[in-house]
Formats: sequence, structure tokens, C-alpha cells
Amino acid sequence: MNVPVLVTTFFAAAIEVIEMVAIVVAVGSTRSWRAALAGAGGGLVVLVALVAALGTALRTVPLAPIRLVVGALLLVFGLQWLRKGVLRIAAGGWAIGQGEEHVDEGDVPPDRFDWTGFVLSFKGVSLEGLEVAIIVVAVGGAAGALGSAVVGAAAAVVVLAAVGALTYRWIARIPRRALQLFVGALLSAFGTFWAGQGIGVGWPGDEVSLLGLVALYAGAGVGLLSLVRGWRRSASLESR
Amino acid sequence: MIVLRWLRAFAEFWIDFVVGDDWTVAAAVLVGLLGSWGLVEAGLPAWWLLPVAALGSTAVSLRRAARR
Repeated sequence: MNVPVLVTTFFAAAIEVIEMVAIVVAVGSTRSWRAALAGAGGGLVVLVALVAALGTALRTVPLAPIRLVVGALLLVFGLQWLRKGVLRIAAGGWAIGQGEEHVDEGDVPPDRFDWTGFVLSFKGVSLEGLEVAIIVVAVGGAAGALGSAVVGAAAAVVVLAAVGALTYRWIARIPRRALQLFVGALLSAFGTFWAGQGIGVGWPGDEVSLLGLVALYAGAGVGLLSLVRGWRRSASLESR
Repeated sequence: MIVLRWLRAFAEFWIDFVVGDDWTVAAAVLVGLLGSWGLVEAGLPAWWLLPVAALGSTAVSLRRAARR
């Protein structure tokens, strides 16, 4: 067992796995756990098939167009949720819809499978999983220790999936409308980052700028809340 | 007939996924992406444009919705 390769792969993969778990937990908490987990499973199946088919040729997979398409789709969807979250909290306050209640009957089909949740989760897992696979092939292949690299990446997946499973209970206690706003901010941040990477944008601090983007979108969402309340008040005064 | 209905449902799903309640936000994201690509090609810092386009268009969309 090559310990330096194992540790390097664990930490490199952990960054990608955190993003993967964050999306699955966010989609599961706000939409449907069944769809989120099915999407994650589907993403993993596609990934395993891709790794089995390509093997070490994975290093030649062009990541930029995949990041651009996945990022752009996540961004437009994330902004829709940010917008809906702001409008609903402005109209009815923060602490509404806890536990197993839906955010809105229009968001999640109560009697049908939630394909939107499935697609969101599938895209997050397949893209991040592909990046983990490329890290494993690159680090493990370069050091001639592919087995150690696979163990390091697998450990990162297991540890962070366990963290995700533990945080779910805490996240389930957050009011659904607040969750919708912050999940919208989270998806918008990931979407902005990946779409930018896809067209060659150099992010200051690379992956660290993701935290800045999450803070920016969440802060903007809270700021827009006050503005929307003001616009509503002035609109109702004008209509009198 | 079943295939046509399935294709229509598939198309509607993706239109709803991308466009949602306000098409102008998706359009602004597209413009932001094209502008960022232009800045990258010109060798200029481009990281700021996409968040500005995304949040600016969301703010305008929210203002329209709030004043309805």
C-alpha cells in the first residue's frame, strides 16, 4: 500500500465528494429523497460503466464541455429556486413547512416520481464522480499505485457519505422555505463555478472560490428578501 | 402515439427545468456565459461576469413579480 498516494487521493477526492454529497443532501431535503438517491445511484452506475469501458483512457475525457453543460443547467435551476424561495419567504415568513411537508405542491409531484430531483442529483454525482475517477487514474497511474489511489478515493466517498447521512437529520429540522432559498443559492454557486470552468474562467483561489460564491448567492438572496418586501409595499400603496 | 406523448412530456420537462417561471433569467445566464467566454478569449478577468448576470437578472425578475 502506497500511503502518500492514498492520502493524496483521499484529500483530492474529498473536495469533489463534498460537492457531490452537498447536492444530493440538498435535493433530498428539499424535494424527494427517493428521487435524489435514485439519481445518485444512476450517476454512480453510469460512472462505473464509463470507468470500466475507458480505464486509464479516462484522462483523455474532455471535462470542459461536460462542466459547461452541467454547470449552466444547475445555475438556471438554482436561480429559479432562489427566486421562488425569496418570493415565498417575503410573502409568508421564514418558519413555514417543517418536517415532511412539501415546499409547494407545484414543486414536487406528490403522486409521481420527481424527475427534476433525479436529474439534479444524477448530474451532480456523475460529474463529480467523473472528476474523482480522473484524480484516481492520474495520481495512481503516475505513481504506479492504482490500488492505493482507489482505496483513498473510496475512503473519501464512505467518510463523506456518512457525514451527509448524519447531517440529514439536522437539515430536516430547517424550515422548508429557508431551505429552498439556501439550496437555490448552493446550486447556483456550483453551477456558476462549473460553467465558468467549462469556458476557461480562472477562479481566484480555484475551489476555495466556491465558498465565496455560496456566501454571495445566499447573502444576495437574504438581501433581495428585504428589497422584495419593499417593492411589495410600494406596489400596494400605489394601487390604493 | 405513445412515443409522441412521451417525447412531448420529455421536451416539456426540459423546458420547465431550464426556463421555469421567467425565461429572462435563463436568457441572462446565456448572455453571461457568452460574455464570460468573450472575456476569456480576450485574456481579461472573467470570473465576475456570470454571478453579476445571474443575480442582476434575478433581482429584475423579482422586482417584476413583486409589483404584479
